[in-house]
Amino acid sequence: MALLHTVNKSPFERNALDSCLRHARKGSAILFIEDGVYALVQGAEYTDKVEQAASRFSLYALEPDLDARGIPPERLIDGVQLVDYHGFVELAVSHDRVQSWL
Amino acid sequence: MSTGGSSSEQNSKRFLCVNRRAPHGTIYALESLEVVLAATAFEQRVTVLFLDDGVFQLVKNQNTDALGVKNFSPTYKALEMYEVERVVVERESLDRRGISEDDLIIPVDVLAEDEISELFESHDILLNF
Repeated sequence: MALLHTVNKSPFERNALDSCLRHARKGSAILFIEDGVYALVQGAEYTDKVEQAASRFSLYALEPDLDARGIPPERLIDGVQLVDYHGFVELAVSHDRVQSWL
Repeated sequence: MSTGGSSSEQNSKRFLCVNRRAPHGTIYALESLEVVLAATAFEQRVTVLFLDDGVFQLVKNQNTDALGVKNFSPTYKALEMYEVERVVVERESLDRRGISEDDLIIPVDVLAEDEISELFESHDILLNF
């Protein structure tokens, strides 16, 4: 299996997502956690970039982090799959390694 | 691996230490150095990668006297002595910051973005700072 990338910083504050997208290879999975989930909202600066990424990568978001930030699932970019903590673990073990973009 | 390999070779993994922060604003750079030196002390095979603002860690002539904090940048010169296998810097990260290889405190392998992607796949353990 390919790599699982995690992104935990807001793209408006740090370049973790930009770096991740520059280096992730097609077919990789990207899981957005903590403030990383702010990248996934429709109608914002990163919408186009993340929508393009959805065609190359499998995108996941940690639902408790969305809930904590008041982001309802319907405001998310299409193609993002929601996972709970159990799903986070499943993703981690089903990939060879995890690259954490901090 | 041949059966004649030493036990330390058999137990060693390939570590990729990814540095993406400038040196003095946070503790990440110093912590990373300590982890790298510890890993090599345990005879692990370590590649140290500098990406994004991490490339600022290797800039020559850092002087922290007036800050009253330790200038740990000379420690990078010891990486070779500690048998770090490879020090890699991303070309695009240097270019975007107006830094050339001549500005760096040690010789490094400068790789392009797509070659960096390969590193994440060819190492067993990924450590991020």
